[in-house]
Amino acid sequence: MQITGKAHKFGDDISTDHIAPGRLFHLRSNLPELAKHVLEDADPNFAKNVQPGDFVVGGNNFGLGSSREHAPTIIKLAGVGAVMAKTFARIFFRNAINVGLPVLVCDTDKINAGDQLTVDLSEGVVNNLTTGDRLTFSPLPDAMIKILNDGGLVAHIEKHGDFKLD
Amino acid sequence: MGKTLAEKIIGMNAGKEVSAGEIVIANVTAALVQDGTGPLAVKQLQKLNLEKAAHPDKTVLFLDHSAPASRKELANDHMTLRQFADKTGAQLSDVGNGICHTVVNEDYINPGDLLIGADSHTCTGGALCAFSTGMGSTDVAIGMALGKTWLRVPETYRVNVTGDFPVGVYPKDLILYLIGMIGADGATYKALEFGGPTIDKMDMEGRFTLSNMAVEAGAKAGLIASDKVTRDYLKKWKRVNKWQEIYPDPDADYEKIIDIDVRQLKPTVSYPHTVDNTREIEQAVSDNVKVHQVFLGTCTNSRLSDWAIFAGIVKGKKPAPGVRVIAVPGSKKVEAELMKHGYLQTVMEFGAMILPPGCGPCVGVHGGILGDNENVIATQNRNFRGRMGNPEGNIYLASPATVAASALTGYISDPREFSRILKPLGTIPDPVKLTRAKAAKKTAATKKKAKKAVKKVAKKAVKKAKKKAAKKATKKKAAKKTTVKKKTAKKKR
Repeated sequence: MQITGKAHKFGDDISTDHIAPGRLFHLRSNLPELAKHVLEDADPNFAKNVQPGDFVVGGNNFGLGSSREHAPTIIKLAGVGAVMAKTFARIFFRNAINVGLPVLVCDTDKINAGDQLTVDLSEGVVNNLTTGDRLTFSPLPDAMIKILNDGGLVAHIEKHGDFKLD
Repeated sequence: MGKTLAEKIIGMNAGKEVSAGEIVIANVTAALVQDGTGPLAVKQLQKLNLEKAAHPDKTVLFLDHSAPASRKELANDHMTLRQFADKTGAQLSDVGNGICHTVVNEDYINPGDLLIGADSHTCTGGALCAFSTGMGSTDVAIGMALGKTWLRVPETYRVNVTGDFPVGVYPKDLILYLIGMIGADGATYKALEFGGPTIDKMDMEGRFTLSNMAVEAGAKAGLIASDKVTRDYLKKWKRVNKWQEIYPDPDADYEKIIDIDVRQLKPTVSYPHTVDNTREIEQAVSDNVKVHQVFLGTCTNSRLSDWAIFAGIVKGKKPAPGVRVIAVPGSKKVEAELMKHGYLQTVMEFGAMILPPGCGPCVGVHGGILGDNENVIATQNRNFRGRMGNPEGNIYLASPATVAASALTGYISDPREFSRILKPLGTIPDPVKLTRAKAAKKTAATKKKAKKAVKKVAKKAVKKAKKKAAKKATKKKAAKKTTVKKKTAKKKR
């Protein structure tokens, strides 16, 4: 599966409070409305500028903090094709797979804001069309590939009636 | 090779021996959601037509993040969770009952449990030697409905702690120091295991503070062995029968060992906007950081001993001009203890606003949102930008003692200046010991009363016996007289 889009660059330690702030707690049961504020406290213009298929590119420890699944959900709802970072916080990473948002661990120092990228999920490759760089990303654990391929955890359970990760 | 605590507890719930790195399906023996994550969990189960709880007695829905509700949308979310509780038999901890991580430890989980919670600070339960970890709404929804989840068994960083805490230094300073040292992602995907002589001696409340902040270093869990201290805690909450001893094996395989001697530690402060941005108190004092608001509360530091430390420093005093003080007990039970020991009154008289048990202003929903460029010093666990409702506010994290000292001066201050008031850790009233002392006093009083009663009864009995004897003697005399009389009469005849 190939996704093409533009890179939106963020720094280290982008927390779930940057992505889905606590002051918007009351919008958690209204996800399309909450999605209009996605990443607002890191870049107030992101929600306006993001196009379907674009990429969120972070540094270290992307998604640290709260367990709120609303964070990866609204990134996906905003049309983002994948999130890339050097490292991810544990709960965010797992939540992203559960909601069907691809998360890729790669050397994001080689990506600049505005670069045009193509991601091949099955090959594990990011092609930077702007710089010509070719980056590989670490494969997901098998269990997570199974969940992601089924379309997330709800779809996985719907399909198998139980965990089927072997 | 021996097992770490993480391997032992996950193994107990997976029904087999497990090792770090393995992916396993394990039983979920307890689950929690809160008002910010629960409604989404319920929606996911509705999609699957799977609205049920595998263990309703240990599935708990907490209304604590916006409690009581601050907006109509959140009031409606609360209704969703109340209805789910009615439908499934799951436990409801309604508004005002307290913070999920405080209440779940007081009332629900035990050593050896596997708790998953849709809240990142679920790791607090690791202090009770439960494998206790935060996950998202969907993971917890499915875990509570099916009674199982999938897990990667984490590698463990062992944190060996030695030495006695200097006056004015607390477990909060220890955990801030550790996070400052290893970084906010220093233990990502790992389990932290706290041990050593200092932990052996530490009360449960201090242990909760350590485990609570494991996630601030990225860890999956913050575990502590189940020992006599754990047993006393369960006894306090009337479920000592649920205690079991769990220790890591002496030859357990640790990925890393971190040694900390707390005698070297100083009061520590996390600066905005990451928890690992720590400074020693001397630095913070020389930075002249003005404080507009102080906050005692949250799942990190809102229990009896935290309030005891805070109250000890502020007793009979007033906050510096322009400082707002907010204090929130961790739970209804903590609140009752605070009233009994007089700490609630002391902190109220000091001038604090006391909010109902719950998360209070920590999550930025209500109860103390900062203005632009304002500074707060708080006992909570997180200082991310926007955390307390305004991305233009600044959050400093510290122990209850440092927060109290700062409230008095209006600037971030060194609690050791109040060392005449402060006592070394361990001499602060330990709630378990207090309960025990009280119980002992009660027993002694009962015994005394009983003794008195016995004496009284004895006295009465003696009196009665004497009376009886006297009566008998009189009767005998009378009888003798009669006999004599009869005899005389006989003789006369």
